[in-house]
Amino acid sequence: MENSTAPTAATPRIGGLQTPSQTVGPYFAYGLAPEQYHYNFRSLTNNELVDPLQTVEAITIVGKVFDGQGNVIPDAMVELWDANNQLFGRFGTGTDVEKRFIFKALKPVSVNGDAPYLSLILFMRGQLIHSYTRIYFSDETALNANDEVLLAVPAERRHTLIAQKTGNYYTFNINMQGDNETVFFEI
Amino acid sequence: MSNIIYNNFDMEVQPPRLAPDYTSTILRAPTKPLVLLKQSLSERTGPVFGDFNLGEFDHDLTKNARVNGEPLGERIVVHGKVTNENGQPIPNTLIELWQANSCGRYVHKVDQHDAPLDPNFLGTGRCMTDSEGYYKFYTIKPGAYPWGNHFNAWRPNHIHFSLFGANITNRLVTQMYFPGDPLLQYDPIFLAVPPKGRDLLISSFDLSITEPDFALGYRFDFVLRGHHATPFE
Repeated sequence: MENSTAPTAATPRIGGLQTPSQTVGPYFAYGLAPEQYHYNFRSLTNNELVDPLQTVEAITIVGKVFDGQGNVIPDAMVELWDANNQLFGRFGTGTDVEKRFIFKALKPVSVNGDAPYLSLILFMRGQLIHSYTRIYFSDETALNANDEVLLAVPAERRHTLIAQKTGNYYTFNINMQGDNETVFFEI
Repeated sequence: MSNIIYNNFDMEVQPPRLAPDYTSTILRAPTKPLVLLKQSLSERTGPVFGDFNLGEFDHDLTKNARVNGEPLGERIVVHGKVTNENGQPIPNTLIELWQANSCGRYVHKVDQHDAPLDPNFLGTGRCMTDSEGYYKFYTIKPGAYPWGNHFNAWRPNHIHFSLFGANITNRLVTQMYFPGDPLLQYDPIFLAVPPKGRDLLISSFDLSITEPDFALGYRFDFVLRGHHATPFE
C-alpha cells in the first residue's frame, strides 16, 4: 500500500437535478404516523388540524381511497395543508375499521373570491410519486361555480374535487382510476 | 420584471406514475392527465415544524429505541445537504426516515418476513436541517428483504426519507440506496426511475465522515424542486 492519505470527502451534490421520488411503501406507519398506529415513538402531527374539543367550528372530513378495481386501499397516507390558517395534518388509512381517513379541520374561507379549499397530498404503496389534489366543499355552490381552478377542470370531472356535506361531516372519497377518477393536479 | 414560478417535477429524472414491472402501480396509478394548476398561496407555503421539540435521540436510531442493549448490525452515519435545483440550501426543514433493521425486518405489524426483530431498534428517526441545509443521522445499515412483487424479489438495502422543504411543491418521499448493491439491477422500484436519475438515489461512501472505531460514513444529498423566473405577462 502507498502511504495513506487524508480521508477523502464524498463529492457533494448541490443543486442540479431533482432527487427522484420513490414510493412511501407499505411500512411507513411507524415512521410517519407512529402514535396513530400505536408504535412507541412520538408523532409530529396527526389528523387534528385543530383540536375539536377546543374549536366549536371544527369540521370533520371523512373519506376512503379506492384502487382501480374499487377496492378500498388500507395503506394510503393522506396529508392536508390549510394555507390560510397554516395548519397541517396527516393520517393513514390503516387504523379505522372501515379504512377511512378522518380529519378535524377548519372550514377554509374564500380568498380573493376563490372557492375555499384544502390542499391534499396522497402517498401509498404503488405510487412512485405522490399525488396532489384539493378538497372543495359542496355547500359553496356559488363560489364553486365561478372558481378559476374548478372551471379549468373538465366539467364532468369537477365533482371528484367536491366534498359532499352529509349531516355533520364532509365526505371526500378518492378514486385512483375509473370513471370517477379523482382529478390530480400538476403543481 | 419577472415572476417566480416553482418548477414542476422533472420527468426526465422522476419515475412515471405507471410502471407495470412494479405491479402495485397497475391499479393505483392515476390514468388521466394531471390538470395543470396555477400556483397560489397554497403552493408557495407549507408546514413548518420549528415548534416541535425533537427528542434528544430522534436523529440517532442506534439509541432512540434501546431497551436492554445496543441494536445489532453495522453502525453508519448518513449525512448531506438539502438544496433546491437552484443550489440554494433549505435550512430548518424536517427530515423523517424509516427503515428495516440489519436483518431486513421492519417493525411494522404487517411485515411478516421471517427474520428477527431487534428489541433495541425501532428503525425510525427525524431531524431538522441546520441553517446551511445540512443534516446527519446515526443508524444501522438496513438489510435486504424479500417482497411479493415477482418470484424471488428482494428489495436492495435502502432507507426511506420524507422531506418537506420550503413549500408543498418541495414535498419529497424517496429512498436512499447504497453503492455497489447487486440487487439494484433487479429492483423495479429503483428501475422505474429513468436512467438519468438513478445515480441520484445512490449514496456515496464517505471516509471523511466515517468515525474511527465506531461507524462507516455515507453521504446523501437531496435536491428539491427549485424555481425559475418568467416575465410578467
